Amino acid sequence: MATKGTMIGCGVAGVIGVIVLILFFWGLGVYNGLVTKNEQVNQTWSQVENQYQRRADLIPNLVNTVKGYANFEKEVLTQVTEARASVSQIRATPELLNDPQAFERFQNAQANLSGALSRLLVTVENYPELKANENFLQLQAQLEGTENRITVERRTFNNAVQDYNTTVKRFPAAMFAGIFGFNEKPYFRATTPNAETAPRVEF
Amino acid sequence: MKIFVKYLFLFLLFFSLRSFAQPEIPKVTQWANDFTNTLSPTEIQSLNRELRTFFDSTSTQIVFAMISSLDGYPIEYYTHEFATKNKIGTKENNNGILFLVVKKDQKMRIEVGYGLEGALPDAVSNSILRNEVRPHFRNNNFYAGVKAGIDAIKAATVGEYKIKRKKDSDKDDKFGGIIFFIIMMILFMSLFGRRRGVVFFPGGFGGGGFGSRGGFGGFGGGSSGGGFGGFSGGGGSFGGGGASGSW
Repeated sequence: MATKGTMIGCGVAGVIGVIVLILFFWGLGVYNGLVTKNEQVNQTWSQVENQYQRRADLIPNLVNTVKGYANFEKEVLTQVTEARASVSQIRATPELLNDPQAFERFQNAQANLSGALSRLLVTVENYPELKANENFLQLQAQLEGTENRITVERRTFNNAVQDYNTTVKRFPAAMFAGIFGFNEKPYFRATTPNAETAPRVEF
Repeated sequence: MKIFVKYLFLFLLFFSLRSFAQPEIPKVTQWANDFTNTLSPTEIQSLNRELRTFFDSTSTQIVFAMISSLDGYPIEYYTHEFATKNKIGTKENNNGILFLVVKKDQKMRIEVGYGLEGALPDAVSNSILRNEVRPHFRNNNFYAGVKAGIDAIKAATVGEYKIKRKKDSDKDDKFGGIIFFIIMMILFMSLFGRRRGVVFFPGGFGGGGFGSRGGFGGFGGGSSGGGFGGFSGGGGSFGGGGASGSW
């Protein structure tokens, strides 16, 4: 009798063991999936960051080229320089993605800079000799290209975040994603109706 | 409630990105594609051959397309989607370029793959459109403009990548190997055959001259049916580099 009880006990223990093992490997799979998607987000984020950095690097040159032109609106230039300064104060590390408020500040600062830059490009319309300057035209082409790259990388980033957030919030992973520090990440949003299109100047 | 607002926002974002009627993006099989019937078949063929030859010698894929109108859809979105969908450029080098002309909208754009952003920076793309292409387009001479643009793009990107089409050469090797094997078999059989008194090839194979591997190269060309092969994407990706212009 005792042996039969032991056998049942062993069987139950075995089944439980197998279930625990299955659960463990299943959890491992889900966890690794989260890690991969998290890395994907960080990687696309670094691309976004690169392009923003590239834009910031272009600005001193642009400002210097434009400054040379007689009585160019000082105010517009000051706005651009200030917006650039405030952008460079925010360090765009991946940790930013886990802090929605910091992310918001980063986004607003970049949007400010975009606004100041497009005002600059609109003002340039009043300076025909500036628009004929090859150096300026090249800078403008670089700036437009960078704005477009920012748009592309932002979209790639948003897609990666969407993929990640869906996984984090959906049933199996949602149970323990928070415990391991996988929290929802913020998206880029379109701040102005035309924010997704690069500023364009017809020439 | 918070979640509801979030989804509502996502929903709006989704639609704000698609508020323009998105034009259909064609899957191209040629190097030069004219959907407006502006260029003559001879001109198209000549561009096709030129772009194919450039790909054969540099592995860089330049695709040209001319469409009628985008109906207000941003050209930067269109070219990026077009280039990405058709996978222009090789996977390892991302060396693809799309030159798109939108005839009715009088807009054009050179979309540059990640791997060629160094050889063809935005300022250069912009200058090509302004100084090489635009003057011809303003004279309504589309072929000359397209040709000038392509020549300038080629000049800027030539030498950036060397041909290293591993997959294709592997295939050639395999074909070459099979042919070599068959020929050896025939040779062998004919030799043995002769010994036994059955002559397969009375003339023998002495002067055949199949020693050079170059001789087998023609096989690859033949298998793709015709003088030059059509376009098929290599898996290149694009990060929004390039420049747009108008005329």
